[in-house]
Amino acid sequence: MAVKDIYQAVLRFDRKGMATLIQKELDSGTDITSLLNDGLIAALDEVGERFSRGELFIPEMLQAAQTAQEGLDVLKPLLTETNSRSAGIVVIGTVKGDLHDIGKSLVKMMLKGAGFQVVDLGVDVPLETFVQAVDENRADILALSALLTTTMPAMADAVARFRENGNPVKIMVGGAPVTDAFAEKIGADGYAGDASQAVSLARRLMAG
Amino acid sequence: MIIVGELINASRKPVAAALEAGDRKAVARLAEEQVSAGADYVDVNAGLYEDREAELLCWLVKTVQSTVQAPCSLDSPSPGAIEAALAVHRGTPMINSISLEKDRWDRLLPILRGTGLQVVALCMSDDGMPETCDQRLTIAERLIQGLTGAGVPLENIYLDPLVQPVSTNTNYGIEFLEAVDRIMKNWPGVHTLCGMSNISFGLPDRRRINEAFLVMAVSRGLDGAILNPLDRRMMGGLATAEMLAGRDDFCARYLEAYRGGLLADS
Repeated sequence: MAVKDIYQAVLRFDRKGMATLIQKELDSGTDITSLLNDGLIAALDEVGERFSRGELFIPEMLQAAQTAQEGLDVLKPLLTETNSRSAGIVVIGTVKGDLHDIGKSLVKMMLKGAGFQVVDLGVDVPLETFVQAVDENRADILALSALLTTTMPAMADAVARFRENGNPVKIMVGGAPVTDAFAEKIGADGYAGDASQAVSLARRLMAG
Repeated sequence: MIIVGELINASRKPVAAALEAGDRKAVARLAEEQVSAGADYVDVNAGLYEDREAELLCWLVKTVQSTVQAPCSLDSPSPGAIEAALAVHRGTPMINSISLEKDRWDRLLPILRGTGLQVVALCMSDDGMPETCDQRLTIAERLIQGLTGAGVPLENIYLDPLVQPVSTNTNYGIEFLEAVDRIMKNWPGVHTLCGMSNISFGLPDRRRINEAFLVMAVSRGLDGAILNPLDRRMMGGLATAEMLAGRDDFCARYLEAYRGGLLADS
């Protein structure tokens, strides 16, 4: 029953009760890894699926993520090398010339909820900053956002630059005007249409 | 109320198809329909085709103006495309849009200087998008100072305070509405104009939200909107709101909307 309670609390958006629930589980000896994976992360996966099916909406996804974060805050000091292996390291940002923040922040939030370590470079990010951040953080994935047809070419430039240098980082793209066809054309590793798809895509990319 | 008809936008599939096929009739029809439904300006946008934007924007302007008298709203962040379209446009168009982002500002301002052009000014700077009312007002003030300093009369400026999705922040609706109110009170004569649909991103039944938001914004002084004039629900809501805001003498336009069938349940 134990881990299921955590899972349900995320789906109920029980922000206030989450910390107490997690503490109770810890006191009764429930495995930390299980609380994390089968409780918090599994619940956010379910939220993502319901969102994709149109049953849940963005404000609810936000509440679920905040609820999971409350739990994570309690678990964090207890996580060790072995039980907290990150799902992957993602560098994320909105490309140069583009100031749109909202979509990118939703993706960041869901990736964090799914156990990824996310480095957010913000908006209007020059290519050099992406290059540097991918390098410094040894990122597995670079996630680029663009909301303007005029800034989409910056994604193509980024892909070209990383490929030219033989950098193995996987590049995923998204944003309102971006399409699957565009992602393919510029040679990106994938396109995600919303925050939930971004999580599935990031996992696929990590799996190879 | 100044209405800019939003339908001739290359990001819409039928328009992209018309652009690719050179289908003048389809574009002309969209222009006619929007103008007869009440559009004061016909927005034209070819931004999807970055490498041919200027050429296609000119084609759209010529096609629209071959069939309607209404001026266009030249919708592009690219000064080059706007300059090309200006050269073929008859009458006085609206430039959609300038912002405080430095590149855009520096390249568009000379085009506007000393002309009678109408201009949409986005409350946006290199520091990002404003979230609060105060941030919007700060940018609005700089836009107004810069534009009027270049000889653009206040009456030709349409400030867009930028609508952001209320699904992502509870206060995004109210901060926008407050900004409209304060802009209209601080600078009598200036206009405010925006698109509605961002407000409802991420939520179900978006049309209901868009309409309610338009009505609320009109009550705070909004006097311009970029929308689909063929959307009867939206236009009916707008006519009702303007009447209630004291902008419709003898309720004439409301009654016109009633007789035109805009208010029938749809």
